[in-house]
Amino acid sequence: MAENLTFRYKISGDDFTRAGEASSNVKSKLKQMGVDNNAIRKVAIAMYEGEINMVIHANGGTITVEISSDNIHLVLADTGPGIADIEKAMREGYSTAPEEVRSLGFGAGMGLPNMKKYSDNMTIESVVGVGTTVTMDIHL
Amino acid sequence: MDKFIHSVKLDTNACNGCINCIKYCPTQAIRVRNKKAAIIPEFCVDCGRCIRYCPHHAKIPAYDSVHEMKNYKYTVALPAPSFYAQFNNLTNVDIVLNALLSLGFDDVFEVSAAAELVSELTRVYISQHSENAPFISSACPTVVRIIRVRFPTLLPRLLPIKAPVEIAAEIARDRAIKKTGLPSEDIGIFFISPCPSKVTYAKAPLGIRKSNIDKVLAMKEIYPLLLPHMTHDETHLKPLASSGRIGIGWGGSGGESAGLLTDNYLAADGIMDVLRVLNDLEDEKFHDLNFIELNACSGGCVGGTLTVENPHVAASKNKRLHRYLPVAQTHLNQYPDLESGWTEEVEYEPVFRLGKSFRESLEMMGMVEELTEQLPGLDCGSCGAPTCRALAEDIVRGEATQNDCVHILYDYINSLTGEIASLTKSLDLSEKQNNQSLKLLEEYIEKLTTELTRKDL
Ligand SMILES: Nc1ncnc2c1ncn2[C@@H]1O[C@H](COP(=O)(O)OP(=O)(O)O)[C@@H](O)[C@H]1O
Ligand code: SF4
Ligand SMILES: [Mg+2]
Repeated sequence: MAENLTFRYKISGDDFTRAGEASSNVKSKLKQMGVDNNAIRKVAIAMYEGEINMVIHANGGTITVEISSDNIHLVLADTGPGIADIEKAMREGYSTAPEEVRSLGFGAGMGLPNMKKYSDNMTIESVVGVGTTVTMDIHL
Repeated sequence: MDKFIHSVKLDTNACNGCINCIKYCPTQAIRVRNKKAAIIPEFCVDCGRCIRYCPHHAKIPAYDSVHEMKNYKYTVALPAPSFYAQFNNLTNVDIVLNALLSLGFDDVFEVSAAAELVSELTRVYISQHSENAPFISSACPTVVRIIRVRFPTLLPRLLPIKAPVEIAAEIARDRAIKKTGLPSEDIGIFFISPCPSKVTYAKAPLGIRKSNIDKVLAMKEIYPLLLPHMTHDETHLKPLASSGRIGIGWGGSGGESAGLLTDNYLAADGIMDVLRVLNDLEDEKFHDLNFIELNACSGGCVGGTLTVENPHVAASKNKRLHRYLPVAQTHLNQYPDLESGWTEEVEYEPVFRLGKSFRESLEMMGMVEELTEQLPGLDCGSCGAPTCRALAEDIVRGEATQNDCVHILYDYINSLTGEIASLTKSLDLSEKQNNQSLKLLEEYIEKLTTELTRKDL
């Protein structure tokens, strides 16, 4: 019997209205598995923010969720424009989101800071013109 | 009382085993087994959707009979705020209240009056606990029940105040005991309800230990009985009405929020929209809200399954009725001894969890994923489960088998008949093996017939 369970999601960059579906799907699976409620909340928020970023800033990508008995490991990989200055992107309130996205209530510049806050460990690897990979761990 | 009761019954003669209800159920609580729709009690939250959508009217709401009145020495009717909107051209609530007395009740107490107390209590509660806002209204029992099984992190947001009907029942019982001197058990408190969800509530309330409501009657049953008692000669009416705009407004979606006299609220109605709001609320997608009003029925309680009027028409009648009333006519200072708060904690019931432990669930989830892959993905419902994934979960829980899927069964039968065909062909070729082959052949045929009779295709 497999020790770990992996879910993969392809995030489409074309349909903004579908952003958030993958994180919502993961949330309901974690509930069915009886994962600690606080951990579910952290995963749901961190993954939601990452998923939205993929759609707004990177034209989609893939998300892998690996669940083991003591950890949830998230890998969000895209082949978007990349982030030139990661330190700056991590600042609260910093955003390059276009105006039309902001008018929908996104682009407050709190996504990356919240991902950092809700995960126990986060890394960003990004190359301009190549893409961005964000990994997060939420310990159980 | 059992924690997981519900108030939807099945008319087994009317149910023909179709898949409508299993598809509409928002918690996937129904399975068709042996050609009949069966509810899984732990999953049901009494939203009433199956009652609305069953084309054969086989899903029946449960409620008490009017004849129960005979079993009490003194009876009090509690009409729900949504009741008034059932009548045409009603301009005066007293016409309905007097008709209830004429029908045989000894007293009436409006739930809308109690609703005004709840509005006042909520305003105070929110202002004293604003750091924990937004709060979710707890008046619709279906909303409380769905949070209890699906949204554990939102439980602390439930407004810990008794529902208007409970407060009405408490006041009515008190008043009856004082007036008659009868023991409590001789007094019957009858709620005239828009929904079966309140029937469940009265038997197994959440937030309090025991309800003061004795019996729950259906609006649709009382309505025709009441019509002959309604008089339009208003000169002889006893003045009984004691609620205003706020209280009567509670009958429709947005009414409870209006009673809070603030703009920082959200009101959603209809179970699917309620679920969406709860999901978003769980992900902290709302900001600067104080209050979230949720009603399982479209349009609010005027849309309950025990009402008679079209919910949209009723909503508009409700507005017309209360337009020129005073803002509120019942106030907390009239009831200084009221016990209005919840006394019991509502605990998370993880009924949708796959296994008993996280480890076991992780393993079971792996099997669910694997099985889902193997199923055809048509979500056709022929297996009796609403989706292929739901069947996979049922299989992993030990409540169904792969061959419940007709498509898998066809493949299986196909392979068996293939084996039979090739065996029959080989029979005369070699004398020696005939016995063995015949045995195998018998086995295959037996498998085939058991599968076919089991499935009763
Ligand atoms: N996957 C990504 N690809 C490219 N740029 C990104 C990505 N994620 C974040 N960024 C950049 O980092 C900035 C800050 O992100 P975030 O904190 O989520 O705020 P917001 O999304 O509101 O702009 C974004 O405005 C964007 O410039
Ligand atoms: S919205 Fe009103 S009528 Fe509908 S289930 Fe809830 S309490 Fe009952
Ligand atoms: Mg963002």
